[in-house]
Order: sequence, then C-alpha cells, then structure tokens
Amino acid sequence: MHAVRPALSVNLPPVVTNPAAREASSGLAMRMTVSKVNFFYGSKQTLFDVNLGIATNKVTALIGPSGCGKSTLIRTLNRMHETVRNARLEGEILLDGQNILAQDVTSLRRRVGMVFQRPNPFPKSIFDNVAYGLKINGSKLPIAEAVEKSLRHAALWDEVKDHLQKSAYELSGGQQQRLCIARALAVEPEVLLLDEPCSALDPISTAKIEELLVQLKDLCTIVTVTHNMQQAARISDFTAFLLIGQLIEFNPTPHLFTKPSDPRTEAYITGRFG
Amino acid sequence: MSPRLRWRKFVSGFMLTMTGVCALVAVSVLFFILGYLVYHGGTSMSWSFFTKLPVPVGETGGGMANAIVGSAKLLFLASLIGVPIGFFGAIYLAEFSGGTTAFVVRYAADLLNGVPSIVIGIFAYSLVVLPFKQFSTLAGGCALGVMMIPITLRSTEEFLRAVPNALREAAMALGASKWKMIATVIVPAAYRGILTAILLAFARVAGETAPLLFTAFGNEFWSPGWNQPTASLPAMIYKYAIAPYDDWHRQAWAAGLVLLGLILIINIVARAVLSRGIAVPRS
Repeated sequence: MHAVRPALSVNLPPVVTNPAAREASSGLAMRMTVSKVNFFYGSKQTLFDVNLGIATNKVTALIGPSGCGKSTLIRTLNRMHETVRNARLEGEILLDGQNILAQDVTSLRRRVGMVFQRPNPFPKSIFDNVAYGLKINGSKLPIAEAVEKSLRHAALWDEVKDHLQKSAYELSGGQQQRLCIARALAVEPEVLLLDEPCSALDPISTAKIEELLVQLKDLCTIVTVTHNMQQAARISDFTAFLLIGQLIEFNPTPHLFTKPSDPRTEAYITGRFG
Repeated sequence: MSPRLRWRKFVSGFMLTMTGVCALVAVSVLFFILGYLVYHGGTSMSWSFFTKLPVPVGETGGGMANAIVGSAKLLFLASLIGVPIGFFGAIYLAEFSGGTTAFVVRYAADLLNGVPSIVIGIFAYSLVVLPFKQFSTLAGGCALGVMMIPITLRSTEEFLRAVPNALREAAMALGASKWKMIATVIVPAAYRGILTAILLAFARVAGETAPLLFTAFGNEFWSPGWNQPTASLPAMIYKYAIAPYDDWHRQAWAAGLVLLGLILIINIVARAVLSRGIAVPRS
C-alpha cells in the first residue's frame, strides 16, 4: 500500500453523489440502503459516516486502496463484522426497508449471501457443498434439483456433473470459487456479496467469474469489492470509491471512470496512487 | 584446508553423529520392548489365557479372562466419562470462551494432566470407594476417566483451532447458527484429529496401574456388574510380575502382550476409519 500524497488529504468534504448522477439513478429501486454508518474496531474508527444505496438487480462495486474500509463495509451488509471481537457499528442499514441490525442474523444471512476472497469450500463432496445451505435451513425444495440449478447458474454444472460425489478440493481454484458462488446461490439470496472474489485466481478464471457476475444480476443484487479498477469498470453498474474509511464518490460506473466528481477519485483511477 | 575449517567440519560431523545416535536409541528402545514382549509373551500365550480364570499357585494352566473383560469394562467406563467431558469442554474452549476463561481452563487441564496417577486414584477412592464402602469397577473407571479428561480436552481443542477460519465464515455466511456450524462443519473437518486425540488418551489410561490399586482393586474371579472389585490387565501384570513363581512371570508377559495387542488393534481400526472422508488440505 502506498502512502496517500498530501494533496489528496481526506479532510476535503466527500462528494457522495453529484446531482446529475442522482437524477440518473433516481428511478431505481434500492435493495439496500446504508445510512450514516460509522464503524469501529475497538477504539479505531475504520468507516466514517458512509451513505450508500444498493440498486436492485445491479452490480455495485466498491473500490479503493488497501485498508480503505471496502471489505469492512461489505461485511457489514450481512453482519459478518460481528464475528470479530470488539467490532462496533453505528448507523442504519436497510434491506427492503427493514433495519438489518434489528433482525435475526441467521435469517438475514440467508437473504444476503457472501463469497470470500479465497475459495473456501467445505471438506465435503461437491454436491454436499452446494446442498449445505439448503440442508441446514431445512429447505423443503428437492435438494438434487436445487443443487443442479445452482451449479448451472454458477456455470459449473457441465464441468462437475459427472463427479458430484468427488471432494470439492479436487477442483481447480477457479472452479472452487464458482462452487462457492453456487453454494451461496443455492439458498436463493436477494443480495450476493463478493469480497475480492478473483484476487486469488488466474486471469482465465477471473474472466469466467466476471462474465458470471454480469449474468447473475438478473437473479439477485450484487455487491463486489475489488482492488482491480478495470474489473469494476467492466462489470459494475455503480461504483463507490472509498479512501481511509470515507466514501469519497458514489456514481454510475461510466460516470465515475470518465468524469470523476472528486479530484481524489481521479487521482486514484488514473493511477497516481493506490 | 585451514585449521579453522577443519575444526568446523569436525564439529559438524560430531554433532550429526550424536543426533543420529540419539534418534536411533529413541527408536530402538521401543523395538527392544516390543521384541522382548513378543518373545516372552508369545511363548507363554495359549488359548486358555483368554478363556480361563487364574488358578492357584502350583497349578499350571489357567488364564486371565476376567482381567481382559475387567480392563474392557474399566476402559469403557473411563471413555464414557472422559471423552464427552473432554470433547465438549474443548468445543467450549475453542469456539466460545474468552481469553481469560480459556487460559484458566487450559492451565487447569495441564495441571490435571501432570497430577501423578496415584493421586487420581486416591481422589476416586475418596469420591467413589469410601461412600459405597466397596472397591468397584465404577471407582476404577472413574479414576481412569478423570485421567482421560485433560488429554482429550487439550488435544481436541488444538485440532478444533486448526480448522481454518474461512470455513467458519463460509458456514455463517450461509445462515448457519454457531451450533450448527460447529456440528456440521468444524467437528467434521477436525474429526480425524479428534479421534486421534481420544485414542491417545485411551491408550494412555489402558496401561495405568496405580489409579486402579485402590479403586478397582483386583479380583481372582469374575466381577459381575459394576459395583464389585475387578481384575484388570495392568494390575494383574503388577501382581504376577512381583510374585516369586516362574509360571506367574510367564502369565505376566502374556498379559503385557495382550494389552499391547488390544491397543494396537484399536489403533488400526481407528486409522482405517480415519482414512475415509475428505480432509482439509494444508495450505
């Protein structure tokens, strides 16, 4: 991580959405709304007054340099931050108009699924990995059909259909990550969160997953963290740029990458730092 | 070659030889014991050893059927006490407790592990034998069970902690409650290690004699039920080995071999079970 140049001081007021962009997105339904979120690890504050709307059936990308809080922000959306001791969240996060902080956390996580940086399949067969969420939630759906459907959605079915009982660890890294996506899709979440899903993968696997995400937005709302700006530009409809815990700019992706409203965004996307 | 270099080469060679010799001694002690036991025990072994009761001094033949069954009953009771307490205690330590609690429990378990086994025998004596006014299988099983707790607890905890956090996150992100996550992901991922830990504890107490001396006591005959003194293999070995009769010495060797064989068989069966299923690859 490179030091931020003095000229890019975060004391400038954050530009959240410029009027034109707000108008452009005004017709959209918001699946999730983040308002006035402050986040603390112990006494260290890592998110400062973040406001964000996540549009239904769109891909929203969170970008920014390492340590900017993008992973922290995405983890608050299904309350995975609560697994860390001393983590504290202030503010409000709505899912379909309901405050997620007041909900039962297990049912929230069934509605807001997550895929992590490194593929983390369970030490079980390919089939059992995908079936896991259905089984623990006591789903009434026929499991074999649901597993096939999820694997098809994750573009993995053709590669694994003949060895569903094999260990998930026999798959390649990219396949494992698509398996994790299938596993998350099996419980039919409304929102799918992906925390740097391609950072441990080779370019070909990355391309497959990117293609997949664009297709999946018809199925659910997608939020992805990436430190790869080209990736955000390729796959997302909206992009949020974070810097040292502050949301600097949040705009439709073409807008943010061609006419950034904030000089710090411009500095970052043109590679002057980060 | 300079004197300095020659000296360094000499030290290097010397140390290499020393470490090699020490490793060889460590291994050969085990093989020496094994060989000796098989040699003496094997020649004294007969079918009646497994089927007959001990006979009075002077009579030839007889066996230790009661001690074999007695040991099995004692170990069964011990596992019934030691394994659940150690296992669930370890789950609490690894998955739920805060730093201070974990430290205290871990420290206490290590101390308990270091308590001489005869002291554990006295503990079981005052807890079980005195109130019932009788030596019993129950008392012996309790003593061995108490010994199993810290071994099972500490190693199970280590294996649970070794399960990657990524798996915990994956389960929770799918809406698993903490208990469900532990039951369906963490324990299955660690079960090989946990089973190894339990086996280790089992094998350790299988050969214990001291805690049985004044709990299970010993018996020349069958011990029906759980509330009477019972014979056990280690106690029989002790009794027969210090007696001044050649015939008893042979019986003691055979008992030693049977005890070893028992542990070996359980180990092999457990390893066979372990080799199935899917392991978490090391990264």
